[in-house]
Amino acid sequence: MTRWLHIIFLCFFFFQTYGRTLYVGAGKEFVSIKTAIQKSKNGDSIVVWGGLYKEENLVIDKSITLIGKKEATLDGQKKYEVLSIKANYVVVSGFKVQRSGYATLTDPCGIKVYDSHHVIITNNILEDNFFGIYLQYSKHCIVKDNKLRAYGTEEQQIGNGIHCWKSDSLQIIGNDVSGHRDGIYFEFVTNSVIWRNCSIGNIRYGLHFMFSNNDAYISNIFKNNGAGVAVMFTQKVKMFHNTFEENWGDAAYGLMLKEISDSYILGNTFKKNTTGIYMEGTNRINVEKNSFISNGWGMKIQASCMDNTITKNNFLANTFDVSTNGSLVLNTFDANYWDKYEGYDLNKDNIGDVPYHPLSIFSIIVEKTPPAMLLFRSFMVALLDKSEKIIPSLTPDNFIDNKPAMCALFL
Amino acid sequence: MNRVTKFIILDILKNKIILIYTLLLSILSWGVFSVEDNSTKGILTLLNVILLTVPLVSVIFSTIYLYNSSEFIELLLSQPIPREKIWRSLFFGLTFSLLFAFFVGAGIPLLVYTPNDVGLMMLLVGLFISTVFVSIAFFSSISTRDKAKGIGIAIMLWLFFALLFDGLVLFLLFQLADYPIEKIMIGITSLNPIDLARILILLHIDVSAMMGYTGAIFKEFFGTALGIILSFVILFLWIIVPYSISLIKFKQKDL
Repeated sequence: MTRWLHIIFLCFFFFQTYGRTLYVGAGKEFVSIKTAIQKSKNGDSIVVWGGLYKEENLVIDKSITLIGKKEATLDGQKKYEVLSIKANYVVVSGFKVQRSGYATLTDPCGIKVYDSHHVIITNNILEDNFFGIYLQYSKHCIVKDNKLRAYGTEEQQIGNGIHCWKSDSLQIIGNDVSGHRDGIYFEFVTNSVIWRNCSIGNIRYGLHFMFSNNDAYISNIFKNNGAGVAVMFTQKVKMFHNTFEENWGDAAYGLMLKEISDSYILGNTFKKNTTGIYMEGTNRINVEKNSFISNGWGMKIQASCMDNTITKNNFLANTFDVSTNGSLVLNTFDANYWDKYEGYDLNKDNIGDVPYHPLSIFSIIVEKTPPAMLLFRSFMVALLDKSEKIIPSLTPDNFIDNKPAMCALFL
Repeated sequence: MNRVTKFIILDILKNKIILIYTLLLSILSWGVFSVEDNSTKGILTLLNVILLTVPLVSVIFSTIYLYNSSEFIELLLSQPIPREKIWRSLFFGLTFSLLFAFFVGAGIPLLVYTPNDVGLMMLLVGLFISTVFVSIAFFSSISTRDKAKGIGIAIMLWLFFALLFDGLVLFLLFQLADYPIEKIMIGITSLNPIDLARILILLHIDVSAMMGYTGAIFKEFFGTALGIILSFVILFLWIIVPYSISLIKFKQKDL
């Protein structure tokens, strides 16, 4: 009996929340979105049909669903913030949002969410905006399957793609960001997930991540960004199955970690970066089952790092596998596959019998005198490297993998 | 191709050293590429071959050949052939056979396994290096009439370019580490054909590391079309200059 009551109650509830649908477009009920929003009530839906809408700043202050059909385009005319969401339970979907204004004080955006929760922004195309999607003081919001493109040339003249600030429980899923300053920007954002995004060709960072504890970013692609990805001043970050590719430059890192602790880096691929991972002041991090392929430096681990575990990774075709700036080594290398390993395995347990020193003397020389790079791969340098491998004198002798794998690990 | 060149090529082929060289190169190249699962390692082995073995074989073989054919040269000189033509024919004959050996031995596996910019650059650089060291052999063999001395000079020059030069540069580098010496380094390396060859290849195989700050300066120079052209012009000068000096000496020499 109680079950039936429940169902009846649910039906009632369903009808209660079922709102009206308002149509906007040429020859429709409303011509302007603004008036449609004014006439709407909480729970209503507004469907906007194709066309170019120049309505200055659109403010959504009710819990409504705003749906764009057939390339409904919202234009900020390079003067206004296009869409401001100031209510909870808002859905914005299917729009093309373009040409927001530019101002350094107010940061006008394509779509900005102010102090709201349960906002969903999906399937929009954002083009040529100052900031793309901006969430501040927001909770439980979903930003999904949006395409953001900007045409910035200088850092100070363009904003971030997806900018999240002081928020909690966000889901950033399946977005494509390119041409912005930072593709995805997280500051003071907690308990959130960044999943399956592509951040390609942004001016500064593909992902800029600060003071954001307990987050995870999974299966994203960060490619060809000005300075790669930076994760800083954060605890308990999970970084799984991401691809960091072609981040080239002296200060560009596939992944830069600064003051990170208690985090996991698992199953990522670092390919063709100048530096795969750069670590500074990081503690208690697990770097496991990653592939470092064709990087200039696989990992640069500064002497300020402590208690990190680097295990079961593949180091393939890197110019230098690892490098460091001091003689202090407080990290553990274990069971990695190094393609430069030349030891043997007598008992055939797939673990090399001779420990491997991944640090080549030349990587230290280059660290100290960068122009020495010009001598790389000359016979003289090979000779130096060989003798150092046998009798380490300049490189720290505890920088060692005691159980190097004999063949590449299947990841 | 004139008849003297043809004679010389046939003569070189007859003494089989070149054929053995070709065979060795090809065994080595096919070997390294088929043993390693990724072609990068093969490329690195071949790089060492190009930087050490190819110059050594080119310079020593050419020097010895020149000394051994001194009687043949004297015979030719008794004919109404200008001296320049004889010397040039010898140069072309030797160069052609060594280039042929390199192309067949190392070039074909390179083109088969790495048909990209790296492979092409290595092939081109190897061909240039072969020619440069033939030219150096001409220079060293004309410098003295004594065979042992001549071969000694050839080996010393090889040793200098292949090993000692880098040591000197490394020493210089440590001494001047506090100064911005990147650009000077570029100038210094162009004084050594082997270094030049190495850097041209390095910019293709270690491109990611070369994207760092200092690397970027080198890349800016050697990586652009102008830089590559300039590098090859310098390599070309390394062919022309020793040969020209030897030619002038040969013309004036009292044989």
